[in-house]
Amino acid sequence: MAQFLSSVPELMDAGLRGSRLPRGRALALRLGAVAAFLALWSLLSGAVVVLRLFNPIFLPGPWLVFGSLLDMAARGQLWIHLAATLERVALGFGTGAAVGVALGLAAGHLPPVRNVVEPVVELLRPIPPLAMLPMFIVWVGIGEASKVGFITYATFFPIFLTTVNGVRQIDPLLLRAAQSLGARGLGLFTRVILPAALPDILTGLRLGVALAFFVIVISEFIGAEHGLGYLINDGRNFFLVPQMLGAAVVLGLLGYAGNGLVRLLERRLTRWQHPA
Amino acid sequence: MTTAGGPKIQIQRVAKSFGAPGRAMEALGQIDLDVAERELVCLLGPSGCGKSTLLNIVAGFLAPTSGTVLVDGHPVSGPAPERGVVFQEYALFPWRTVTGNVEFGPLLQSRPAAERRRTVDRYLDLVGLRAHADKFPVQLSGGMKQRVAIARALANNPAVILMDEPFGALDAQTREVLQDELSRIQRVEHKTILFVTHSIREAVYLADRVVVMTSAPGRIKQIFPIKLPEVRDRFAPEFTQYESDITRVVREEVAKVQE
Amino acid sequence: MGTTRAMAMLGAFALWAALAHGNAWLGVVNPVLLPTPVEVGRVGLDLARSGELARHVLTSLGRIAQGFGLAALAALTLGLLVGMCVPLRLMTEPVIEFVRPIPPLAFLPMFLVWFGLGEASKVAFIGYTTFFPMFVAITASVLRVDVVLLRAAASLGATRADLVRRVVLPAALPGIAVALRVGVGLALFVIVGAEFMGADAGLGNLIMEGRTFFNPAQIVMGALVLGLLGSLINTLLLAAERRLLRWRTAA
Repeated sequence: MAQFLSSVPELMDAGLRGSRLPRGRALALRLGAVAAFLALWSLLSGAVVVLRLFNPIFLPGPWLVFGSLLDMAARGQLWIHLAATLERVALGFGTGAAVGVALGLAAGHLPPVRNVVEPVVELLRPIPPLAMLPMFIVWVGIGEASKVGFITYATFFPIFLTTVNGVRQIDPLLLRAAQSLGARGLGLFTRVILPAALPDILTGLRLGVALAFFVIVISEFIGAEHGLGYLINDGRNFFLVPQMLGAAVVLGLLGYAGNGLVRLLERRLTRWQHPA
Repeated sequence: MTTAGGPKIQIQRVAKSFGAPGRAMEALGQIDLDVAERELVCLLGPSGCGKSTLLNIVAGFLAPTSGTVLVDGHPVSGPAPERGVVFQEYALFPWRTVTGNVEFGPLLQSRPAAERRRTVDRYLDLVGLRAHADKFPVQLSGGMKQRVAIARALANNPAVILMDEPFGALDAQTREVLQDELSRIQRVEHKTILFVTHSIREAVYLADRVVVMTSAPGRIKQIFPIKLPEVRDRFAPEFTQYESDITRVVREEVAKVQE
Repeated sequence: MGTTRAMAMLGAFALWAALAHGNAWLGVVNPVLLPTPVEVGRVGLDLARSGELARHVLTSLGRIAQGFGLAALAALTLGLLVGMCVPLRLMTEPVIEFVRPIPPLAFLPMFLVWFGLGEASKVAFIGYTTFFPMFVAITASVLRVDVVLLRAAASLGATRADLVRRVVLPAALPGIAVALRVGVGLALFVIVGAEFMGADAGLGNLIMEGRTFFNPAQIVMGALVLGLLGSLINTLLLAAERRLLRWRTAA
């Protein structure tokens, strides 16, 4: 057909929408995308060497990065650092989540609790958690406790806030309906309020996991002997860029996995939201 | 430039299929239709008969699989200001005021501000919304929004106006009010209008000719010329007669869809 | 903001004062570790009087402004282009998917290696951190523009350039505004971290100094100033957004 300038809205139509792809194809596309990225990266780092653009140490190719990772894995080093990071994240996030959900449920449901906790949270909320890291170090020293404590502190806020929101957002119509069916007190809480707030709580947990991985790195830069963050920062001393990039990639994968786990949990626990 | 006396819109052997070859869905069978100047023609039919598809092809939003559409003798190859469109969802630009929306077409043609103001005033008066000139669409009711949309289309002085179930999103009362409005506007402006609807009543009230379409693949089943006065009475026996005649024909088609 | 929030903050402040002063009086914990509002205020005033506070604040703000500014410009241009052009989108998607899960702070040492310990590394790092989320959000806003608006404009005679300028941009503006606000928030979030290492000025550096010289009052002061700054900037941005997007909720 002629130059269909329906190309303008049409292009925008198709270009803007894109088509819905079936799961299989979407996954294939994702993997293809990663492969394309790796190819581009290899090309660039190769170009740096061949064209002598700058010292190639600054942009090692992906094979160098993976090689470094494999090397560390073989020597057992990688697992030690991975475990250290995971342990801190798990402990910190676990505590932060437990306290956040517990306090959030209480604060969402009981005004007296809310009146005490909310002011403190409001005061601390605008302060980037990273700013408090040195405080934790001053209080508890440079060891594990300060790192875990810091992660707990950082993850507490989003989880607490989304939990409170989840409880308070419940449609009062639902509560009235439940009450007219005889639900009271604890029963009302466990059978109506908790399930209704669950989606929000799970979203908060997902944010918390992301945040935990976000901030763990920096706490491992300062005063750590183990951990992926330590690997990254330590690499600075001898320009071990493959190590730095490799550890960063592993960290990314961990975060991705963590996120995926929570999403899985979400789908199982809130199946009623997406029956499919 | 009109081919003097010739039809304004010529739909020639237009057909449309969607989807990959082999698994194609034929939406429109061959359509041949002429719309004369100053005529209001309604495309009427059950859901899925392709009437909106046909309108989109005339508007230039879709390319036909075969056939051509000519407006004023020129082939349609994409959307253009000669073919104004009024959408069911109003499609007003929310960030522009009523005035801003109505003057959009002239603005694109770089008309001087004074001229644009005169145009806006004229058409806002025509649709009775002069008092709301500085409001934003979010402040208007559905009926008001559609009137702005009509004013916007008219202000651009198109050769033809295409309307895709423009009153479909309105409640029954507002719908009839706007039908009256459109009828009145048409008596002043005498535009060539192609109007898609699934309301038989609406079609009989507004149209000079009603084109009843079959279900997919859409074809023209029957054309009813409406010989009623310009100002129509919805309860006159002649009106009701047309309604029942057309209803009978449409029912046949609806029954087919449900099989 | 509301009076309830203000009251809440005053309440928290009072709680802090009570805890800290009470502790200082009772000696439960080493009073140095729990600075009182008075002590914090004193540190703040000293630094303000010597001009030091202003220097650190301006340094941090300067880095944020530069890094965010560059990233915003890039995110806007690329976001518009990618949103409107399918092949471009297919090309950039792999990069995004790969880099997105990796916490930006994990790249901080890389930036220090690449750019040294000076200003450039901080600005570049802020730029990198804020670019991706803004780019993704802006692309999404462009993609969300209602097609019917584009069709309406085309039927009124709009050329491709008209469509971009007069429809896509204004329609995507609310989303773009949010993206920018999120970007600034993110910049404020990470600037501290970036200034912990290899910086000789800035609020992050100030806070780190508080730890090095065992002066928790300075840490708290730095944190509070940061919080205040963030709140202020956020309020200003929200106000600007409301003015710019009057048409959304005109009454």
